[in-house]
Amino acid sequence: MIPQPITITSGRLVLPQGAALPGAIRLAEGRIVALGAVTPEPGDQVIDAGGHLVTPGLVDLGVFAVDKPAFHFGGITRAALMPDQGPPLDHPARVRFAALSGKPDMWVHPLAAATRGLEGVELAELALMRDAGARAVATGRHWIGDSGVMLRLLSYCAMLGLVVVTHAEDAGVVGQAVATAGEMATRLGLPSAPAEAEALAVGRDIALAEMTGAHVHFRQVTTARALDLVRAAKARGLRVTAGVSPAHFMLSDLELANFRTFCRLSPPLRQDADRRAVVDAIADGTIDVITSGHDPRGPEDKRLPFADAEPGMAGAETLLPLTLTLVRDGRIDLARAFDLVAGAPARILGVDAGVLRVGAEADIALVDPERPWVVSSDKMAASAGNTPFDRRPVEGRVTALFKGGTRIN
Amino acid sequence: MHPSIPPVSSFREYPAGGLAFAHRDLTGIAQLARHEILYLLDEAEQWLALNRQSQKRAALLAGLTIINAFFENSTRTLLSFEIAGKRLGADVVNMHAATSSVKKGETLIDTAITLNAMRADAIVIRHASSGAVRLIAGKVDCPVLNAGDGQHEHPTQALLDALTIRQALALPPGSDLNGLNVTICGDILHSRVARSNVLALTALGAQVRVCAPPALMPAEIEAMGVAVFHDFNAALKGANVVMMLRLQQERMQGQFIPSPREYRHLYGLTLDRLARAEPDALVMHPGPMNRGIEIDSQVADHLTRSLITQQVECGVAIRMACLDVLTRRARGVPGWPALSGAPA
Repeated sequence: MIPQPITITSGRLVLPQGAALPGAIRLAEGRIVALGAVTPEPGDQVIDAGGHLVTPGLVDLGVFAVDKPAFHFGGITRAALMPDQGPPLDHPARVRFAALSGKPDMWVHPLAAATRGLEGVELAELALMRDAGARAVATGRHWIGDSGVMLRLLSYCAMLGLVVVTHAEDAGVVGQAVATAGEMATRLGLPSAPAEAEALAVGRDIALAEMTGAHVHFRQVTTARALDLVRAAKARGLRVTAGVSPAHFMLSDLELANFRTFCRLSPPLRQDADRRAVVDAIADGTIDVITSGHDPRGPEDKRLPFADAEPGMAGAETLLPLTLTLVRDGRIDLARAFDLVAGAPARILGVDAGVLRVGAEADIALVDPERPWVVSSDKMAASAGNTPFDRRPVEGRVTALFKGGTRIN
Repeated sequence: MHPSIPPVSSFREYPAGGLAFAHRDLTGIAQLARHEILYLLDEAEQWLALNRQSQKRAALLAGLTIINAFFENSTRTLLSFEIAGKRLGADVVNMHAATSSVKKGETLIDTAITLNAMRADAIVIRHASSGAVRLIAGKVDCPVLNAGDGQHEHPTQALLDALTIRQALALPPGSDLNGLNVTICGDILHSRVARSNVLALTALGAQVRVCAPPALMPAEIEAMGVAVFHDFNAALKGANVVMMLRLQQERMQGQFIPSPREYRHLYGLTLDRLARAEPDALVMHPGPMNRGIEIDSQVADHLTRSLITQQVECGVAIRMACLDVLTRRARGVPGWPALSGAPA
């Protein structure tokens, strides 16, 4: 069924550059067909945006669960699914199944497991998984410790034209750590590892990317030292990109007080100097992507002593409002905010979305950027309420969402 | 008065009634104000006297049920809490929960809810994970005492150590440890005893040094108000008290030191090494000791310098004081009204 064409009027269009442009947008046959000074055509459904922002649907690079209600609440129309599923996405059939699991109103882009069982030893069938719908390859929650395996992986993925999404924490230094070494971990008596574990991993993987010509995307870079390495690698022209989650630019390890397991994340929350370095790296373009890392976890995983709890947070609903705090603070402009959560992740995944452009997929969100609301862990759309932002007032809410030119209710 | 240490200050005027100790639980020293630490030490003094009589029974807690829920193996702490409860007349029940069977999932919370439903009047908990005691305290209606949680805190150990020092120096009730130099040496990283002692000793005005090889020293521990040493000989200079800790092999993931004899070479407290401290420096160890590794027998058994058996004695008195103070609100002791608001 071809959806009825839609014209959204009285909006402010968030385009790849510049300030939001007052105007309208017309969606037909699943695509954006006109932008700007557009008038509805006969037979169009007309929606008055009431001055709200008209933005690309968010593209979330690196989620751990397909959680449609949370994604739709947060304005996310596409999500790249991490291979850490049960069983892992290390087989073409599972990749194909995952790729179809959200349709039609949510597109899931599976990330193929780099190694069989995500064990970091044997390469998985990457070309077969690519052709089954994998948009990139990922090492999963863990770093590949064996540099020989990583070298072979990157050279193979360079040939296949697949981006490698990697987790950057040196496994030997990290061991069983659940926190960043520092005063907080010391006072709480939590197993901890130095923040430099991240720079060690990033340094090695940049060297291997340079050797092989592969595009390496660090899913989360959270420390000043590692960000310096990424910045330098980009300056040398290497194909290196970096992401981060809002927790790492909003929160520091002080949140661990009282052993709050909703703040047990991977990588762990860092000290405040690193948090500020992340904000600077977003502002100067070192960080390309902001991801929710959506990982809903129920009480059986979280209502435990801190070190025994599983890492992860439900982040899909708060991704946009927390990113918009950087706009309000004057660190980035609105166009860049949507490049971080939509444009850049779409380019890395090689999908025709994430931007308002004639001809692109009509994945559209209407956003009231000033609408205030309070995050509440017991009233989440997500399948679990494990958010470290519980009870935090935020601004910015999606008021309508369209996937492929069809409104999602 | 001990000859080698500066004069101490005295503080005996506590806030009235329940304000002298304004907590439902004892989860750590970090939650306590200086006067609350001193209050518990002073309260313990009467029990030291009682425990030295042949008739050791008080009826203060008659009819109350105290559950010792130990999720991690323990001999001395469990025994000490059991004796403390019994001497106060309470019914004491010990629950040995093998760590393996109750470590995961809802079971810990479920266990807490079960204990709560049995209407315990106080629960004493030891657990291998930092923060586990706090987690349980949030789920039960009675006072909770931390008998050691992971690498976090072991508050009664720090209290008994402070009481032992006060007794050994013949300091009167109300005394703090102002100006005393205390060196804590050993596996600081994995030690809840070290953390609680650092908090208690610094709150009481002592100058605390911690000494360990870098791999066994927690990051940024200077922020807790201590001086960091890696050279034991240097750390001993001027020390009035030397507190030795055991290597917690069971908590180590990977190799932290090349061998026990190499550890002894650098960090073992021998008589020769002890001579580098103040001439009358006192030696403490929370036990269990690894004789010949972190402490030599001549030091551990030294008649005038070693306080190791006094520590055990003070442990019972401190635990009696804690059980008494924490159950006062439930027992309706005048001046001790129920606390309002969330447990702290």
